[in-house]
Amino acid sequence: MIDKLITYFQMPLVQRALIVGVLIALCSSLLGVTLVLKRFSFIGDGLSHVAFGAMTIAAVLNLSNDMLLILPITVLSAILLLHTGQNTKIKGDAAIAMISVGALAFGYLIMNLYSTSSNLSGDVCSTLFGSTSILTLTNEEVWLCIGLSVVVVLIFILFYHKIFAVTFDENFAKATGMKVEAYQLLIATVIAVIIVLAMNLVGSLLISALVIFPALSAMRMFGDFKSVTICSAVISVCCAFLGIVISVLEGTPVGSTIVAVDVGAFLVAYAVGMIRGGSRR
Amino acid sequence: MSLITVKGLAVGYDGQAIEKDIHFTVNKGDYLCILGENGSGKTTLMKTLLHLQKPIAGEILLQDGLRSDEIGYLPQQTVIQKDFPASVREIVRSGFLGRNGLRPFYSKEENALAEQNMERMGIKELARRSYRELSGGQQQRVLLARALCATQKLLVLDEPVTGLDPKATMEMYELIKQLNQEGVAIIMITHDVNVAVQYSSHVLHVGTPSFFGTRESYLNSDLGKLFLLQRSKKMTADAEEGEAHD
Repeated sequence: MIDKLITYFQMPLVQRALIVGVLIALCSSLLGVTLVLKRFSFIGDGLSHVAFGAMTIAAVLNLSNDMLLILPITVLSAILLLHTGQNTKIKGDAAIAMISVGALAFGYLIMNLYSTSSNLSGDVCSTLFGSTSILTLTNEEVWLCIGLSVVVVLIFILFYHKIFAVTFDENFAKATGMKVEAYQLLIATVIAVIIVLAMNLVGSLLISALVIFPALSAMRMFGDFKSVTICSAVISVCCAFLGIVISVLEGTPVGSTIVAVDVGAFLVAYAVGMIRGGSRR
Repeated sequence: MSLITVKGLAVGYDGQAIEKDIHFTVNKGDYLCILGENGSGKTTLMKTLLHLQKPIAGEILLQDGLRSDEIGYLPQQTVIQKDFPASVREIVRSGFLGRNGLRPFYSKEENALAEQNMERMGIKELARRSYRELSGGQQQRVLLARALCATQKLLVLDEPVTGLDPKATMEMYELIKQLNQEGVAIIMITHDVNVAVQYSSHVLHVGTPSFFGTRESYLNSDLGKLFLLQRSKKMTADAEEGEAHD
């Protein structure tokens, strides 16, 4: 088995998949804590459906680089969603549900009407649940992913304390002179970028899992923001690595394998949290 | 030396005024209690003072070099905060962020001042503990220490003893009094008129009729007398009801 693993690791396509998978997992876990705490867990879900809709349009238009269309549309929706969350009559969760289901329906409709592909249901299934495309990444895609990941991590480190303050107490932050709206815009944009990246890995239906599970696991075990953030990044990266390795060895679908490992990690973290919490009280 | 002067202020939502014609002044070292029935616009007034929403009419003048981001604020606890994973130190230091601009990390002076403020609030030994594991009284001290990191001039407190037990309530009021004696001006929203007449230097009663003046003149006003009487009647009634349940 070890021999088999070593042979696989020497294959460039597996190496690329691992690099991209680990980077995406890292990025998606960073903002997970903020999203979970802000009660925005489903924003990932909503945005990924929007990205799915955008992807079908890109496919129909036969764009060579579909990122150019998907990324701006998703970023725009993210900004719209975070804004409607506060100001309008349609409240946050309803707005997310509306946009996400609408985009999903239109996406499938467009695919059905205009697609020239002979295997339509196969195409839909792979966009929703993650395809094997992570194993067929081109060099350009890998570099794009590396570049965007670096930007996301840098932004997160530079604005770490601000993101904490805005998450913990928006009103206090605003009253003491922080530009809360600007930071929310930043958070929304970064989330959108992460989601578009993560679609390659786990498909649009499973992105929420990638964002939420590591954060929830870490919150079971730690009581301060820094430890939770670091722990959730570590859990996410390990699970993604393990998931990809398992799926390469066993031939299982990449996305769902990673999410399954994430669920497993959450159960372990839950147990650890129970034991530690029990001894503390 | 006045810090804030409010003239003819009207507050409310969506262009609809809940409360009109509010006048008051807060001087350095004052302790102003804002009283009023539920729904009389106390919290809306506070949000307007903090620039969280726009006034419908009138003006809020900041004087004596007080900047709009130098008003510290002790909010009521939100649901999010109840299970928020954050250490006491992380929360206290976040009080500085409003003035940090784009600087990504805390300076040495800020870290030292944060430690000092935790010591002032008697929570230094809790610095590494998780906020969600603390008692209600301890959590309020953490938020007070954070407010002190934001400003040393003026604190706005919104019902600071909600949900605290009697002992923690007393300690909280004493702590606020001590801060006031150290020179921090206080604006406190409360529905407890007894607290207002015990600790405050000035009283603002919102509603119709409204009142603003020193504590002594409030005690002698018809409105003050009426409100005190109502409250003590209500408290006796509540107490009797409580005994009946026991």
